[in-house]
Amino acid sequence: MDLKEKLVSSFMAFENRIDVDAPVHQIRNEAIKIFETTGFPSKKDEAWKYTSLNSILKQDYSVFPKQEHALEFSDVKPYFIHDIDAYKIIFIDGKYSSHLSQTTHDGIDACLMSSALTKPKYRLVIENYFNKAASKDGLTSLNTAFANEGAYIHIPKNKVVEKPIQIIHFSTGKEAALMLQPRNLIVVGENSHVQIIERHQSLTDHPVLTNSVTEIFASKRAIVDYYKIQNDNQNASLIDNTFVSQKQESHCSVHTFSFGGKLTRNNLNFFQNGERIDSTLNGITIIGDKQHVDHNTLVHHIEPNCESHQDYKGIFADNSTGVFNGKVIVNKEAQKTNAFQSNNNILLSDKATINSKPQLEIFADDVKCSHGCTIGQLDESAMFYLRSRGIPQKEAKALLMYAFSNNVLDSVKIPEVKTRINKLIATKLGVNLGFDL
Amino acid sequence: MLKINNLHASVEDKAILKGINLEVKPGEVHAIMGPNGSGKSTLSSVIAGKEEYEVTDGEIFFDQENIEELSAEERAHKGIFLSFQYPVEIPGVSVTNFMKTAINETRKAKGLEDMPANEMLKLIREKSELLEIDRKFLSRSLNEGFSGGEKKRNEIFQMAMLEPKLAILDETDSGLDIDALRIVANGVNKLKSKDNAVVVITHYQRLLDYIVPDFVHVLYNGRIVKSGGKELAHELEEKGYDWIKEEINS
Repeated sequence: MDLKEKLVSSFMAFENRIDVDAPVHQIRNEAIKIFETTGFPSKKDEAWKYTSLNSILKQDYSVFPKQEHALEFSDVKPYFIHDIDAYKIIFIDGKYSSHLSQTTHDGIDACLMSSALTKPKYRLVIENYFNKAASKDGLTSLNTAFANEGAYIHIPKNKVVEKPIQIIHFSTGKEAALMLQPRNLIVVGENSHVQIIERHQSLTDHPVLTNSVTEIFASKRAIVDYYKIQNDNQNASLIDNTFVSQKQESHCSVHTFSFGGKLTRNNLNFFQNGERIDSTLNGITIIGDKQHVDHNTLVHHIEPNCESHQDYKGIFADNSTGVFNGKVIVNKEAQKTNAFQSNNNILLSDKATINSKPQLEIFADDVKCSHGCTIGQLDESAMFYLRSRGIPQKEAKALLMYAFSNNVLDSVKIPEVKTRINKLIATKLGVNLGFDL
Repeated sequence: MLKINNLHASVEDKAILKGINLEVKPGEVHAIMGPNGSGKSTLSSVIAGKEEYEVTDGEIFFDQENIEELSAEERAHKGIFLSFQYPVEIPGVSVTNFMKTAINETRKAKGLEDMPANEMLKLIREKSELLEIDRKFLSRSLNEGFSGGEKKRNEIFQMAMLEPKLAILDETDSGLDIDALRIVANGVNKLKSKDNAVVVITHYQRLLDYIVPDFVHVLYNGRIVKSGGKELAHELEEKGYDWIKEEINS
């Protein structure tokens, strides 16, 4: 039985086991039908031309973890941004860990999807938002069909959330191979402000496949800053489907830092449903070995006077492969749109590959849209400059790669996140420069 | 200190240096002058160890050691410093952090511990005062958005920090106004001692009014065709290079 059949046949058992009365029951049933029809994407799909899921779909994944596993904070502390006070919504093998979490209902809700999907007090929010921004493709539908656990964050209006919220999904490797389908819903009220950090981390080398869906709704003038730290083990793969729906004058940013994992696919979609919206999509990718990272972005400008900024930097060593597919759609009504996109890459080896493809579909006539893509090697004269000051080749390379990707970090608003990313970059590049990059 | 014998070097199979002989002793200041394309920058890059240049014949000795096989960083660790004509911009790395890395990597290569932070700060303060460099300047990204003069001053600041035995100044005077020229020259002169040496590469005599050379060499078509005292620089300033070209060609 292949993975698709296994998932489809498991669905009834899953649906019978939990909350059959919930309003999402019908949504889930429709979603499994879509998945049954479309299945997993293949390289025949234009959007998946450069990313093949074949090898990772061959594993015999356990779809429901059999038992709960516990972790001690001291064992997983390095994966937290632990030097700041934060709300924490933590999962172990797909199950909520109350031991590691620090949720809240004090003024805001930062808690569990499983509660939100079943408890009456959340019903209105679920009815209004759940699965309203997510697309109906095969992978997202698969997640919707099995949507059960994840983070549920609801910020009422006029609320600046002082502490960031960390969402971490751990997998323990107690199952030989594990498939996870986390589902996050984030609803941010008018004038409110929230910062979220998300991470997926497997603790062993067992194969893990995560098919995650996150829906973010930003109301008028809301500010949402979202940081994705992707530095997973070599046998962990992640398909991240994120949908951001923005109302007028809201500012949303998603930073994606991809340093680890076997295969990572980021489907990041922004929808601008209002005027004077600002959307930022930034990313740094530094990979090697046979790692693969694919950024598939969409910014849909629907109304006038909005901006979008995309800046993705990639450094590819060894046999690694990267994909950047950035689509910008400007509707006929979306006059005075400013849309910027830039994708710059450095290839460190002859065997590394990057496929970069900007796609602009512009139907308005009074807009500023720019896109640029570069693929190059490290600047030899800059290398000589650094080495002539006594800085060895490896450290000099690291400094130049840091200089290359550094500007992406300028827009990171949490200093501790910036420091952590710098440390991860230094570790990834194998250097200790005697100062924090 | 530096001894160059019959040096031939080429880049992409094009011969640029065609038999250079030069000896620089501790305490000396040498000026290398010459028209555009004569090989001045190539010579400085070859001494500093730029890999694109291939040494096809001859030898370079530094402190009696043949340095041909040494990398650029190893030459730096031995005390060779090149002040660049076009310093490279490194965004996101401050001047201070860059110098810390350079100094501590050099110390590491010599088997020394990292320089203690307070000592480093003191050194930075001392040397930045010498070059009349503002403190704010030190926290800026290396060379990013620096004016031509700031870049050159920063090069000499790095030289002051690293205290090389042999400093090669490649067209350090280009792009400098008279005040910056004076500051830079003053810095170089204060760093001069009987144990170190300076090679000044320049088009013009102007810088040599401030950094007075013991020897002046004329580089033309990949060879040193004439050597003399500081008066040779004045002669070149007055008469240009044509008379030398004529001398060679006749």
